[in-house]
Amino acid sequence: MSYQIVVCAGIVPDPLQTLEPVSTPAGPALKNEAMLPHVLDPWAACSLHEAAHLAKQFAGSKVWLVSLAPKAKLQQVIMTVAQKAVFDLVALDAPSSGFADSAAVAAVLADAIASLPGLDRSKLLVFGGWESASRSSGTTLQILGERLGILEQFQGVDQIKVLENGALEILERAEGGCHQVSVCDGPPAILGWATGNLPEPPNNPQVGMANMRTLMPALQRAKSTPLAAGNLAYQSAAVPKQQRDTRIVKNLSAEEVARELAAWIRG
Amino acid sequence: MDDKILILAHTEPNGSLGKAALDAIETGRALGGSLAVGLVGEKAQPPRGVPFVYVVEGAEFAQSRYASDAAAAEALCRASGATLVLAAGTSRWTRALPGVAQRLDGRIDSHVTAFDGERATRWFYRQRIEAVLTRGERPWFLLLDAGLPYQPHEGEPRVEHVSVTLPPLRTRVTGIVAPKSEQQTIRPDADLLFVAGAGWTKKQKDGQTHVEEAGNLVLGFLAATRASLGSSKSLVDLSGEGQSVLPFLSHLNQIGQTGATPRHPKGLATCCHGEEPHVVGWRFIQERRAVNLDPNCGWARGKADILYVADAFEVVAKLNALLSA
Repeated sequence: MSYQIVVCAGIVPDPLQTLEPVSTPAGPALKNEAMLPHVLDPWAACSLHEAAHLAKQFAGSKVWLVSLAPKAKLQQVIMTVAQKAVFDLVALDAPSSGFADSAAVAAVLADAIASLPGLDRSKLLVFGGWESASRSSGTTLQILGERLGILEQFQGVDQIKVLENGALEILERAEGGCHQVSVCDGPPAILGWATGNLPEPPNNPQVGMANMRTLMPALQRAKSTPLAAGNLAYQSAAVPKQQRDTRIVKNLSAEEVARELAAWIRG
Repeated sequence: MDDKILILAHTEPNGSLGKAALDAIETGRALGGSLAVGLVGEKAQPPRGVPFVYVVEGAEFAQSRYASDAAAAEALCRASGATLVLAAGTSRWTRALPGVAQRLDGRIDSHVTAFDGERATRWFYRQRIEAVLTRGERPWFLLLDAGLPYQPHEGEPRVEHVSVTLPPLRTRVTGIVAPKSEQQTIRPDADLLFVAGAGWTKKQKDGQTHVEEAGNLVLGFLAATRASLGSSKSLVDLSGEGQSVLPFLSHLNQIGQTGATPRHPKGLATCCHGEEPHVVGWRFIQERRAVNLDPNCGWARGKADILYVADAFEVVAKLNALLSA
């Protein structure tokens, strides 16, 4: 038993960066976006780690990373990512803006996946982040799945386990801190990952060197890919003003603080 | 309004409609115009006070599963001819409806916090940028993060049952894994969010860590207040790396850019520094207080209403005693 795992992962501004929207003729964008340091989208990165972990357990499995992002930015990010997991990169040169429509992004990704050489749908697992840290919509993978004709779809996934009969047991997040447990007969399936259960793998320079042989040619091959805007129009995009007038209380004893908090909690 | 509105709702395991579904119906009702409800469940009880209810029911629809939910929602949308489809952003609908929008050549927006019939408001970049948008495509699906509070209405609806042709079902739901009630730390309906930061596991005044004591204090607080427990990414990551940390924390407790954005009237942060990626998880917490030894931490910079500069170990111990008395 082996799997062909396609991980869809974009890049997003480093979470520590301050973001400011600006208006452009094409709609909202981030101020100085090209200058902002970027990282692989966090939940999609979790899905890459899960994919690599699964592939390691089943000999003959293969992982692709399909990434739609500005080529130059992706090249910077991929140097770090490449040290954490073994994969083949498929780069699509396009804006990574969170304001792009998920339907347009899904269409491009679906076409890229469908044209992967040697793709065997009976082994296909499409992984990605449950929600990106840019558009944060959690809709792209489902649309992509429909375009690929895959009806076994799971979102908010924290765990996958291959059962003895080859079926997949999958834990998805549900309301109230619960997990729904489902058993799927097997691939093809779409899994939108939340954090999963694996820690971030340490950097492994040997993995990085092995990946590097294929990464640079893949980046050079990256085609410029336009995203259809459709009839989506933004009327405004702004950072909400939520500055609070913080009262800093320094001189109360622990007992006094506790009393004040207890009254507040009960109130 | 020219649009035909359909509110999609699924039943809960007991056959009733959940609060989020009822609030979504109220939101649709407030828009005016042509309104119908589409119900999915094993046995669906149509709500009162709406003119038309389309129903898909059967044992296959008891389970929250993409293939059957998408087929049911597609059939309801086609039967109603809706151009605007609203639904609560439950895990079930957020999984299924984006694919349904694709089948119907429509578009979808999720995490919608306001909608006036033409303009939808939603967050981008994990609650850091708020945008208002419109769409020309129809049907337009909107998954609501928060609807209007439901008001009971009178009036029997006209009910039409819709048949669904299901694809081969290759997935079955085998159960729900829920923490035992005494270990339940995530309570979406709680009045208070208690957030434990990485400081609980750091060395204290005596130069030693006190992880067990920290765990007991946090659990004691949760038991006394029935609060929901959140955590910062750093603390949850430590547990994933096998370090000795608060054993009841998992990634499900994580709030912020890589976690949840819960909604509670009050929030109390302890031993966390109020860094921006974590604080975005507080976007919808109304009253915010923090306890931290650092008077210059992130909470002091306009993110909390009150920052108490104090030792959280001491404060929470006293607080637990007061609340349990």
